[in-house]
Amino acid sequence: MPDDLTPPGPPLAVAMRGIVMRFPGVLANDRVDFDLRVGEVHALLGENGAGKSTLMNVLDGLYRPDSGEITVFGERVEFRSPRDAIAAGLGMVHQHFALVPTQTVTENVLIGLDRPRFRIDLRRFDDEIADLARRHGLTLDPRARIWQLSVGEQQRVEILKLLYRGARVLILDEPTAVLAPQEADELFRTLRSMVDGGASVVFISHKLAEVSRIADRVTVMRRGKVTAAGIPSAGTTTAELALLMVGREVLETIERTPFRPGPVVLSVREIEAIGDRGLPALRGVSLDIRSGEILGVAGVAGNGQSELAQVVTGLRPSTGGSITVNGDDVTNRPPRETIRRHVAHVPEDRTGVGSAPNLSIADNLIMKAYRDPPIARRWAIDTGMVRRFADGLRESYEIAAPSVETDARLLSGGNLQRLILAREIASDPRLMVAVQPTRGLDVGAIATVHRLLLAQREAGSATLLISEDLDEVLGLSDRLAVMYEGRIVGLFDVAEADVAEIGLLMTGGSATAHAEPGVPTELVS
Amino acid sequence: MDPTIILAAGVASGTVLLFASVGEIFAERAGVINLGVEGMMLIGAVVGFGTAVASGNPWLGLALGTLAGGLLSVLHAIVTISFRAEQVVSGLALTFLGTGLARVLGEDLSKAGAISLLPKASVPVLSSVPVIGPIFFTEQSVLVYVGFIVVPIAWYWISRTRPGLHLRAVGENPAAADALGVDVSRLRYTYVVVGGLFAGLAGSTITLAISPGWFGDLTTSGQGWIAVALVIFAQWSPLRAAFGAFAFAAIRRMLLDIQGPQDLFGVPNPFFHDHTLTFFLQMFPYILVIVVLVAVSGEALRKRIGAPAALGIPYVRGERGH
Amino acid sequence: MTAGVPARHPGRARVALPWTVRLERRLEVPRWLPAATTAGAVVVALVVSGVVLAIAGGDPIAAFVHMLRASFGSPGVISDTLVKATPLILTGLACAVAFRMRLWNIGAEGQFLMGAWGASAVVLIPIVPAGTPAIITIPLMMAAGMLVGGAYGAIPGILKAFRGVNEIIVTLMLNYVAALWVAYWVFGPWSEGGFQLTPQFPKEAWLPRLSDLAASIPTFSGLTIHFGLVIALVAAVLVRFLLVRSRRGYEIRLIGDSPRAARYAGVNVARNIVIVFALSGALAGLAGMTEVTGVVHRLQQAISPGYGFTAIIVAYIAKLNPYGVVVAAIAFGAIILAGREIQPSGIPAMIQGIVLFSLIASEVVLRYRIRVERRAA
Repeated sequence: MPDDLTPPGPPLAVAMRGIVMRFPGVLANDRVDFDLRVGEVHALLGENGAGKSTLMNVLDGLYRPDSGEITVFGERVEFRSPRDAIAAGLGMVHQHFALVPTQTVTENVLIGLDRPRFRIDLRRFDDEIADLARRHGLTLDPRARIWQLSVGEQQRVEILKLLYRGARVLILDEPTAVLAPQEADELFRTLRSMVDGGASVVFISHKLAEVSRIADRVTVMRRGKVTAAGIPSAGTTTAELALLMVGREVLETIERTPFRPGPVVLSVREIEAIGDRGLPALRGVSLDIRSGEILGVAGVAGNGQSELAQVVTGLRPSTGGSITVNGDDVTNRPPRETIRRHVAHVPEDRTGVGSAPNLSIADNLIMKAYRDPPIARRWAIDTGMVRRFADGLRESYEIAAPSVETDARLLSGGNLQRLILAREIASDPRLMVAVQPTRGLDVGAIATVHRLLLAQREAGSATLLISEDLDEVLGLSDRLAVMYEGRIVGLFDVAEADVAEIGLLMTGGSATAHAEPGVPTELVS
Repeated sequence: MDPTIILAAGVASGTVLLFASVGEIFAERAGVINLGVEGMMLIGAVVGFGTAVASGNPWLGLALGTLAGGLLSVLHAIVTISFRAEQVVSGLALTFLGTGLARVLGEDLSKAGAISLLPKASVPVLSSVPVIGPIFFTEQSVLVYVGFIVVPIAWYWISRTRPGLHLRAVGENPAAADALGVDVSRLRYTYVVVGGLFAGLAGSTITLAISPGWFGDLTTSGQGWIAVALVIFAQWSPLRAAFGAFAFAAIRRMLLDIQGPQDLFGVPNPFFHDHTLTFFLQMFPYILVIVVLVAVSGEALRKRIGAPAALGIPYVRGERGH
Repeated sequence: MTAGVPARHPGRARVALPWTVRLERRLEVPRWLPAATTAGAVVVALVVSGVVLAIAGGDPIAAFVHMLRASFGSPGVISDTLVKATPLILTGLACAVAFRMRLWNIGAEGQFLMGAWGASAVVLIPIVPAGTPAIITIPLMMAAGMLVGGAYGAIPGILKAFRGVNEIIVTLMLNYVAALWVAYWVFGPWSEGGFQLTPQFPKEAWLPRLSDLAASIPTFSGLTIHFGLVIALVAAVLVRFLLVRSRRGYEIRLIGDSPRAARYAGVNVARNIVIVFALSGALAGLAGMTEVTGVVHRLQQAISPGYGFTAIIVAYIAKLNPYGVVVAAIAFGAIILAGREIQPSGIPAMIQGIVLFSLIASEVVLRYRIRVERRAA
C-alpha cells in the first residue's frame, strides 16, 4: 500500500493506525490507517457501506474500535464519548443534525455548556456568536430559529457549535448530501478559510467532483479497506478515483433466461416530488418498465431512489408528472389503488413499514390478501384458510420460525425479508417494486432473494429494482438507470454497460456525453 | 351582570387554573404529559382544607396541600421516566387514585365548619387605577397576587435562562440534549414534580381561598382537565395560559350571573324564567374548550408550532421508536 | 479562545451505591409472564389498598371479607353483582375496542349517558305510541341507545382523524356535556311532577328479569339479573369475532401496532378512526340503555357510578381481550356493589386507581429485564 504519510512533512493533527471495527455480520473497518495533516482538507471517499462513516465515528468517540490506535495532536487518546473528543479539540457534524428546531441559533450553541450560569443575556451571546461566525466566514443570524433556516444554514450552526467549543479538527459527514449547489460552494469557501486559519478538516463524501474541488488529499475506502491512502487530489483524475471507489469486480454469475420484454406495465413521466426535508427529491423522472423485465436503478443513497419507490407505490405524493400502471393513471392515488392493480412493494424499511412487529407471522402474511377470497369470506377472515396459507408460504419460502403464530419481530433479518417477499409474490404482482432488498442479509438469504426476483421476471412480472449494491443491480437487471440528484442521468442495457462509466455517473461526473436526463433511451453512447 | 365583578371573579378563580396550567406547562415542556392533574388538585384541595381545619392555620394547609400534589406526581415520574410506561395511562390512573384518595381523606370534611381563609388584600396604589384596579388589585386573595408574580417568573425562567434552555431542549430533542451533556432524566423528574406541586397548590387555592369548603369531586369539577386543555390553547406559553385561565374563569362567572336577573338586556331572561335552561349554560365552558382546541389545531398547523416534539415519548438513549 | 466548556455530566446520585440497576430491553416475553405480572400487580394493589385502609382507620381484612360476602355470599348478592357487571362488560368492551387502536376513549361515561338518553327518548318523547309491544320497543330502544352513543363517540373520532385534535380532552369534556344534557331533560321536559326523575317506563320497556319467572321457578324470586346480561355477553362474543376474525378487526389490530405498516397495506387509517370511535360509543350507549331499561326503569341523573371510568381499568386488566373483559367486569362489579357499603366512600375509586397504577408500573417487567450489577470498586 502506498505510504504517503512518512515524515518529514507538515505536522499531523490526527493519526489512526490499524483500526478494526466489527459489527455483527460485517467487518466495517479492516485494519485502516488514516492521517490528517494540520491545515489540510482531507477527503474520505467511498460508496455507502465502504466504512468511512464508521471510521470517523470511531475518531469522534462514538464507537470504541476493536483494535487500533489514535493519536491527536501528537498525544495518544482513547475517547469514551463524543464529549471526550470535543475536549481534545475534535468534533463531527453528522448527516442528521442534533438541533432543537424551535430554538435560536445562539440557544442551540449554548446547550450543555456551563456558562452562562443562570441568566442568558441573549444579546451578548448573539453578538459573541455572530462575531465567531464572521471570523470563520460563516454568515448566520444568531437570532434566527432553526426551523427557519435552510438546511445549509443549519449545517453552519452545527459547525459553529463545534467552533464555539474550541474544535480544531472538524469532521463533516456527507455535508453536501443535503445542500443545493450554491450552498455547497459557500461551504467550500468557508472550509477553505477555516483551514487557512489553522483548522484541519475531514470531508466524507461519495461525490467525486466535489472531492476534486475541495480536498488537498484523498483517502479512498472500499468494503472496509483503504484502496488509496492520502493521495494528493491534484494529480488524480476522477476516473481513477471512480475506479478506486467502485472497483472491477467479477460479477456474480446469475442464471438468466433471455430477455423477452412484453407490453409496458409501468410508465412514469416527468415525476417531481419533495423529500422529507422539504427539498426537491425528484426533479422530472421518466421511465418505462415492461413485463418480464427488471429495471435496476443504481445510485448512491439519497439521490431520490427511495422517493421514487414511494411515489410509484402511492406512499408519497408527487408534485408533478404522472404514473400509469397497466394503462390506469394512479398518480397521487392512495396505496390501496396500486395494491389493487397488483403492484407489490418490498420496502426499504422492513420493520417499520414492511411488517407489524407485534403481530404474528400469519397476520403479516395476509396484509395484502385479507380483503379477497379465499382468505376473506364476506366480512370475516377464514382463520383456517389463513393458517393453511401461512403455513404454505412458510414452507415454500423457508421462513425459519417455530410457527406462523410467532411474533414477526422475532424473525431474523433474512427471514423477515423472506416473509415480505412471500407475501408480495403471493399477491400475483404485475409490477414489483423492490428497494434495497438484500441490505443487511447474509449470503444465503441474498441468493434466495435474487432467485425469487428472477423467477418473477420469468413469470412475466415487471420489476423496479432499487439497490445501492451495484453488483447486484448489474447482475439482476436487464436495463439499468443511474439516478443522481433526483434525475436519471443514464440509461443502459446492462449487456453493454461499462462499470467505470456507471460509477462516474453515480457520483455526478460524466466522461462522455450522455442522454438528456429524464428522457428514456435505449442506448447511451 | 356587572363586568367589573365578573372580571374580578375571573381573576380570582382563574388563579386556580393558572397555577395548574403553568405547572403542566413545565412538565410538558420537558416532554412528559401529566393527566393526573385533576387527581393532584383534589388531593391538594382536601389536604389543604383538612390541615387548615385541624390546625386552624391556612398557611400550613397551603404548604401541605402543595406538597401532597408533588408527592403524587413523584409516582407519575417514576413510572413514566424510569419505567418508561405509557404516560397517558399513568396520568389517568393517578387521577383515579387521587380522586378516590381525596374522597377518603375528605370523608368528614364536608361537615367541617368555617375556617379562617388565607387573607385578602388590595394593592395600595394600583387598586385605584381606573378599570384595571378594581379587577386585578382590589380585595383579591394573596394567592392571586402570587399568581401574578408566578407567570412572568415562569416565562422568564423558560425563555431567558440557561436552565430554561435545557428544559426546552429536553422536551424538543432529548437525543440532542443528551449528546451535549444534559441529564435528561433528572430534568424530567424535576419538572414533573414541579408540575405536581403546582397542581397541589391549585387545589389548595380552591379550598383555602376561592371557594372554601370540601364538596367531594365537585370541589374541582373538572378544572384539572381544563387546565390540561388550556396548556394546548396556550401553546405552552405561561403568559397565554394566564390569559386563557382568567378569560375562561370570567366566562364561567358570567354564565353564573346570567341566571340571576329577571331581565337580560331588556328582554325577559330565559334562564331566570326556566331554570332548566341553565344546564345549557353550564355546558358552554366545556364545549368552548373543544372549540378552542379545534381552532388551535388549525393554527398550529399553519404556524408550524405545536407541542414539544418529544411530548409523550419516553426517552431511551439509543433506542428507536415506541 | 474557547468560550464554551462542556458541562460536566451531572452524576446520577451523589451517594454511590455499591450496585447499579440497569434496564435491558427484552427480546422475548415468556408465555407465563403477562398473566403472572397481572396477577402480581393485582396482589400488590390489594396489599397497598389494605395498608391505606388501615391507615384510614379501617380494618382491611374485615373489609375485604365483608366485600367478598357482600358480592358473592348468596344467590341474591351474586345476582346483584352481575347486574352491576352488565354495563361494565359493555363499557369495558367499548374501551377495549378503542384502546386496541391506541385511541384513548375516556368518554365512555358520556357515551353511556347519551345512550341512556337515546333509549329513554323512545318511550318518553315518545317515539312509539304507548302500549307498543315489548318485542318492538326493546329493540328500538337498543337501536336508539347505540345510535346516539355511536354518534356521540364519532365526534371525537372525526376531530382526531381529520384535525388531529387530542381525543382525551375532547372525550372528557363531552362527558360533562352529556351529564348536563341528561340533567336538562330529567329536570325539565321529562320531569315527573317537578322531581329529578322521569316517569317510570311502561312495562313494555322493561328488560325481563329472572324474578319475572318467580311464579314458575321460586328460586328465582328476588333475583334482579336482567336480559341486559344476555345482551352484554352476546356483545362480548360479537366483539371478539370482530377483533379476531373480521377484516375490520384485522385492520384495527394492524393500525394499533403500526400505522405506517397499515398505510403501506392500503388501510384507510382516518376512516377506521372514526368507525372505531363510533363503535366504541355505540357499545357504551348500549350499556346506558340496559341500565335504564333493566335496572332503574326511568331516566335519572345518577345512573352511573362511574361505569365509563371503571371500564378503562376493566379493559386494561383484561389486556383488551373481550372475554377477559367479562371476567374483569364481574370482579369490578363486585367492588362497586360491595363498595357502596364501605366507609369511607372513596375506597372503591381509590382501589381502582391503585390497581390501574400497579398494572402499568408492572408492565416494565414485560418490556425490560432488570439487571442488578455489582459496581466495580
